Amino acid sequence: MKGLKYITAGILFGIIMAKSEAISWYRIQEMFRFQSFHMYGIIGTAVVLGVIAVYLIKKYQLRDTQGNVIAFQDKNKTWLRYIIGGTIFGLGWALTGACPGPMFVNIGYGYFAMFIVIFGSLLGTYFYGFIKDKLPH
Amino acid sequence: MLELLKQPWPWYTSGIAIAFIMVLLLFYGKSFGVSANLKTMCTIAGAGKKVKFFDFDWRTQKWNLLFLFGSVLGGIIASTVLKSEEPLRLSAATITDLQSLGIVFDGQLNPSGLFGLEFITSSKGFLILLLGGILVGFGARYAGGCTSGHAISGLSNLQIPSLVAVVGFFVGGLIMTHLLLPLIF
Repeated sequence: MKGLKYITAGILFGIIMAKSEAISWYRIQEMFRFQSFHMYGIIGTAVVLGVIAVYLIKKYQLRDTQGNVIAFQDKNKTWLRYIIGGTIFGLGWALTGACPGPMFVNIGYGYFAMFIVIFGSLLGTYFYGFIKDKLPH
Repeated sequence: MLELLKQPWPWYTSGIAIAFIMVLLLFYGKSFGVSANLKTMCTIAGAGKKVKFFDFDWRTQKWNLLFLFGSVLGGIIASTVLKSEEPLRLSAATITDLQSLGIVFDGQLNPSGLFGLEFITSSKGFLILLLGGILVGFGARYAGGCTSGHAISGLSNLQIPSLVAVVGFFVGGLIMTHLLLPLIF
C-alpha cells in the first residue's frame, strides 16, 4: 500500500511528540513562562538540524523518491498575516496547550476532550476561509 | 530496550526525530505541515461548495491525512506499550504558578482540571476548549501554517515570514499565559 510510508512517518511523529511530552499542556505553560529549557531544546534542535539538512539538499540538488529535484517554495513576503495570524494562533496554543499535530496525538493518548478543541479548530479554519478576502494580509 | 523506551524521552531525541521526519517527507516529495489537514477536513465536509478557499482536490492532501492518522496511532502506542509510570517532571516554578491559578499539577501530561470530564461538561470548560480551538484553527490558516509548517519547515528554509509568524506565536502565547489566563481561571 502506497500510503503506508505516510502512516509510518505519522506513527513515529505521534510517539515522539508524546514521549518527549511536547503534547503536554503543562510543558507548553512551562515554555511560555520560561521555566524550563525542554521545549526550546526540542524546537531548537529540530530547527538547527533542519537548516543543515535543507542547506545540503539545496546544495547537492538532491532528488525525492520520484526522481524530482527537491524544491522549496518561498513564503510570500507580506507581514500582516504572519504577525496577526501568528498572534491569534499563539493565544489558542497557550490556552489549549495544543497545536494541530498534538491535538490528534492527544486523542490517541486518550485525552478525548481534545475532540472539542479539534472541532473548534475546524470551525476556526472554516471561519478564516469564509472571511479571508476581508482580512488584511 | 523496551524499558529504556518507556522512560520519558529527552528533548534532543525529539528534536532530532522531528528534523528527521521533516527531511523524510521532503524525500517523499511532500512538505511537513500539519494544520493543512484542518483545511482538507473542511473541504471533505463540503465547505468547497460555499467558500472558494476550500474548493480544491482534497485527494492531493490524502498523504497528509494518512500522516495525521498515523500520529493518532503513535499516541495510542505511547499511552500503552511505551507508557511511562513516572510522573512528568515539571519545573517547580511552573507548578507553583499554576497552583495560584487553581490548576493542580497531577503528574500526567494534561491537567484533569482542564481536560477532565467534570470541567469539559461545564459550560465554561466547554467554551474555553472550543474557543481555544477556534483561535488555533483561525490563526494557523491566517498565518498560513502552524508550528510544523512555520517553526520547523519554514525556519529550516530560512524564511523570514516564518520567523515573523513564530514571533507572533510567542506574542500570542505570552499574552494568553501572563495576561489572560489569570482572568479566565
